[in-house]
Amino acid sequence: MTTLQENKLLDCSGMLCPLPVIKTSKMIKELQVGQVLKMIATDPGAPADMEAWARQTGNELVDSHKDGEKFVFYLKRLK
Amino acid sequence: MSKADPSSPPRLALIASKGTLDWAYPPFILASAAVSMGWDVGVFFTFYGLTLLLKDIDPVVTPLGNPAMPMKMPFGPEGFQNINWQIPTAMMAAPGFNNLATSLMKQTFKNKGIASIPELRAVCVEGGVNMIACTLTLDVFGFKKEDFIPEANFGGAAAFLEYAKDADVQLFV
Repeated sequence: MTTLQENKLLDCSGMLCPLPVIKTSKMIKELQVGQVLKMIATDPGAPADMEAWARQTGNELVDSHKDGEKFVFYLKRLK
Repeated sequence: MSKADPSSPPRLALIASKGTLDWAYPPFILASAAVSMGWDVGVFFTFYGLTLLLKDIDPVVTPLGNPAMPMKMPFGPEGFQNINWQIPTAMMAAPGFNNLATSLMKQTFKNKGIASIPELRAVCVEGGVNMIACTLTLDVFGFKKEDFIPEANFGGAAAFLEYAKDADVQLFV
């Protein structure tokens, strides 16, 4: 298991595309550069979307794993 | 509106040509996702798509002439919800059928956690999407500028083409 510590938590369970992307984009702006957002989603497209989101926004997808039925992402604000 | 600076963000240029509930989704989903990621986004709303920029939007859907549309119920036990109802075409023409189909689709989308069209449009407005209302359509269908949201920009083919020329992604919906 990961030992990452998040600074903020965003639960997008039950939301479908593009809501996790929109909410993550909003929430990451509330963090300082270097801080970590933990995002939880159930959207089956979320793993591919969050990888693309990180590349497109220049932030880092530090960790991505499945926890039961949920996808868990640790996203570090880089800019 | 040319993209002169090579370090500027990626640009998405969309044409939204349809105004029904089902077809309102692709342009608003793509535009809201792109603008959230910091992209520069412009959407040209033309023909029936122009209605998506009206102040009051409440798009409807019809299964008539839309044979690929699954007809499923958004309530009841799982087995019941999974039934794909075969509705005779003649019945789809009955008064009120579009309203029924529209409310069923809205309920399904709500149950599944999909944002509504007004919500997605609000994200686009907030993100500063360049929403161009086609002035030809406005004239043809007898709309007035005041009928549209204040964020709408008005233009024609040349305005959109200039914007789309430097776009990284251009799509017609």
